[in-house]
Amino acid sequence: MSYRIGIDVGGTHTDAVLLDRDYRVLAQTKSSTTQDVSTGIYEAMREVITQAGVPREQITYAMLGTTHCTNAIVERKRLNEIAVIRIGAPATLAIKPLIGVPEDLRAHLGKRVYVIRGGHEFDGREIVKLDEEELYRIAQEIKGKVDSVAVSSVFSPVSKDHELRAAEILREVLGVETPISLSYEIGSVGLLERENATILNAAIVTVAKTTAYGFMDALKAEGVNARVFFGQNDGTLMSIEYAIKYPILTIGCGPTNSIRGASYLSGLANALVVDVGGTTTDIGVLVNSFPRESSLAVEIGGARTNFRMPDLISIGLGGGTIVRIQEDGQITVGPDSVGYQLPQKGLAFGGDTLTTTDVVIALGKVNIGDREKVAHLDKDLLDRVYNRIVEMAEEAIDKMKTSADPVPVILVGGGSILLPDELKGASQIIRPENFGVANAIGAAIAQISGQIDRVFSLDEVGREKTLETAKQMAIDEAISAGAEPATIEIVEFEDIPLSYLGNATRIRVKAAGTLATAVEV
Amino acid sequence: MRQIGKQEIEDIAVGAAVLGTGGGGDPYIGKLMALQAIEEYGPITLLSVDEVPDDALVVASGGMGAPTVLIEKIPSGHEVAQTFQALEKYMGKEVFATYPIEAGGINSMLPLALAAQLRLPVVDVDGMGRAFPELQMTTFYLDGISATPMVLADEKGNVTIMDTIDNSWTERIARSVTVQKGGAATCAIYPMLGKNLKESGIHSILQLEEEIGRAIRLAKEANLDPVHEVLKLTSGYELFRGKVVDVDRKTEGGWARGTATMEGLLDYKGETLELRFQNEHLLAKTKESLLCVTPDLIAVLDAETGLPITTEGLRYGARVVVIGMQCNPKWRTPKGIETVGPRYFRYDVDYIPIEELVGKGSVAK
Repeated sequence: MSYRIGIDVGGTHTDAVLLDRDYRVLAQTKSSTTQDVSTGIYEAMREVITQAGVPREQITYAMLGTTHCTNAIVERKRLNEIAVIRIGAPATLAIKPLIGVPEDLRAHLGKRVYVIRGGHEFDGREIVKLDEEELYRIAQEIKGKVDSVAVSSVFSPVSKDHELRAAEILREVLGVETPISLSYEIGSVGLLERENATILNAAIVTVAKTTAYGFMDALKAEGVNARVFFGQNDGTLMSIEYAIKYPILTIGCGPTNSIRGASYLSGLANALVVDVGGTTTDIGVLVNSFPRESSLAVEIGGARTNFRMPDLISIGLGGGTIVRIQEDGQITVGPDSVGYQLPQKGLAFGGDTLTTTDVVIALGKVNIGDREKVAHLDKDLLDRVYNRIVEMAEEAIDKMKTSADPVPVILVGGGSILLPDELKGASQIIRPENFGVANAIGAAIAQISGQIDRVFSLDEVGREKTLETAKQMAIDEAISAGAEPATIEIVEFEDIPLSYLGNATRIRVKAAGTLATAVEV
Repeated sequence: MRQIGKQEIEDIAVGAAVLGTGGGGDPYIGKLMALQAIEEYGPITLLSVDEVPDDALVVASGGMGAPTVLIEKIPSGHEVAQTFQALEKYMGKEVFATYPIEAGGINSMLPLALAAQLRLPVVDVDGMGRAFPELQMTTFYLDGISATPMVLADEKGNVTIMDTIDNSWTERIARSVTVQKGGAATCAIYPMLGKNLKESGIHSILQLEEEIGRAIRLAKEANLDPVHEVLKLTSGYELFRGKVVDVDRKTEGGWARGTATMEGLLDYKGETLELRFQNEHLLAKTKESLLCVTPDLIAVLDAETGLPITTEGLRYGARVVVIGMQCNPKWRTPKGIETVGPRYFRYDVDYIPIEELVGKGSVAK
């Protein structure tokens, strides 16, 4: 038998599950996220292993979803010393790197910024030759002064040649130990956004490395010799080596894991997923078993980026959301919350704050806490608050839908007890078993994917052949990332004609499959 | 004459996107270029059109090409100096000031960036009062002013001067030159004398853009309805409030054409709006009636923030308010309608002014 562990480290809770080969949940736990994070991971892991009582040597996979990297960016802490190299001159000089990024982030990351000659046209022609001499000079200048380097080149989604050559030169001078982040691996068309994402990536490689090694050490200390994967934003996995190289691709994996977990638990491939936590409700969309990706630029720590992130809407509604009643009888729900302190601060638990959870307890909709402690609340008032809660969820659901037709809605997360069994816009409400740890399950069952996003000319071999080529490229990527060829499917496909340019078309394809079983542990 | 700095740039960018009626590409790039130019060279001098001497040479500047190229291959910033130098040499006269050819997207912002860099003033005028996709679609063209001599420069330093027999040829040649230059280039176009600009241009457009942008910003701070503020400033009409339920796009003859369908919310419940676009929003109708059609302006605003949504940005589920605004009277002449009316864009309707379609004087429905 072979088993797998899935762990999701959220802002409030660290959840862990242990699954068997058929993805049955043998054990689950939910504990508080600790200050140092690793202790929380370690404890959650030990808990599920003990609960399940399976032989440790048979635990062959361990998947981790983490918010470490997000926090580092948002808090501007533990960021690496980096150099930013853009290959774009003489084009692109009108907007230098990091213009438009918040001042404090620019101060952290903009100390060594270089724009050198090179880059490609939309059709893959060189704009000018790569200035290798200048690259050597820069490499000498930054040697010993930086932890990592961010490199982006004009139209690298079409031709990655200059970025690859730059990496070669940098490695030659700086040594193989200095991580080099290449933009073509991270983002899509849109130089500034892709460059920002690459810069942020370079800034968090050390945080990612520490987290990854911490996780592996924790496993080792438990006597588990499993193959380790990280969850990434699109709902698939990446190897630990890749995660350390491209940690930015992990920072949306929390909600993504919930969405994937909800899909697995409910058996649905197309639905809305409503994940109600302690502080917020995140709503995402399942399309062919994967989270819909955001097509707009997503701001991370105030910087506009364009790498793959789940398309989410987040509202200030959770189990700990504070309910206020004004003197004139007006009610407000949130947006603030007692968060993880609900068991201390909620009225029904002996605290002094009226929360959304108290409201559903008082209305007899759930059987937790002490109902006596909220028995004095006015029924009409409670009904009004409850209607408001439901309305907030329904509005958000409607915003995420793709048409007026009702769709299945899967409720997950500990706070989902707030919501009723009927919601406007929902064709049915599904509350799967183990809904509270859907995120950890989502991490554990994730697949391996390959993705491409580049501009093709349809003139050469025609539309059909080009689309086939693009799909095959994505499949090849997935295989080289470790997916079992027989299980690979195209899970996302998009082609966007570029106006004014005749037959140039931007094609985005994603292929995904299960982990190849032949992988040696 | 006045100086404009970073806050004005932010506001103008938003207002320009409203008047840009969904087209013109991502104004973000143009805005960042202007912000960097101000950071490096200081504030920009804005002149009202009356402050331009009748015999001074003025020339529009802007970008040409595919927005997708521009967001990747950002200009060097040096192109415009080259275009102006080439133009001065060709015409034997010094350029006095620059101005935007259109309101909307990147082309409303580029002249500001370029002016800061060249230390030239910008004239508060444009040739469309909105955005249109082709370069003969200007009020200058209506008065017989040629778009050429026109100069196109790329970041590599290739400079092309075109002197054409008419504006359709300019359009054709400029477009193929642009593709050769890598899909995007910077241009100097519609050079003319101050007195022509006064007669044929649309005055005080930057001021209007700034006022719209500022109103949206302040409305947010004061908790006012930003859409209402925009309507007040533009004497516009609210046409529809609803949700985008379908977007159908296709490429025809190199243009991104499409139709967005919206379902009514609130007062509009039960109604459906059909929005046709080709780079810009060009026609809005319900099942029963036409609501607004080019050259009158159609803007789609986010129902919550009041921020304008481009044709590329239209997506399922977006909560929007569709507003209509009167175009400049210059467009309502027979030649104006022939140049930019619905039939030019292959829509099978006649132009009817928005105030006749919606009912005089009413701001809301």
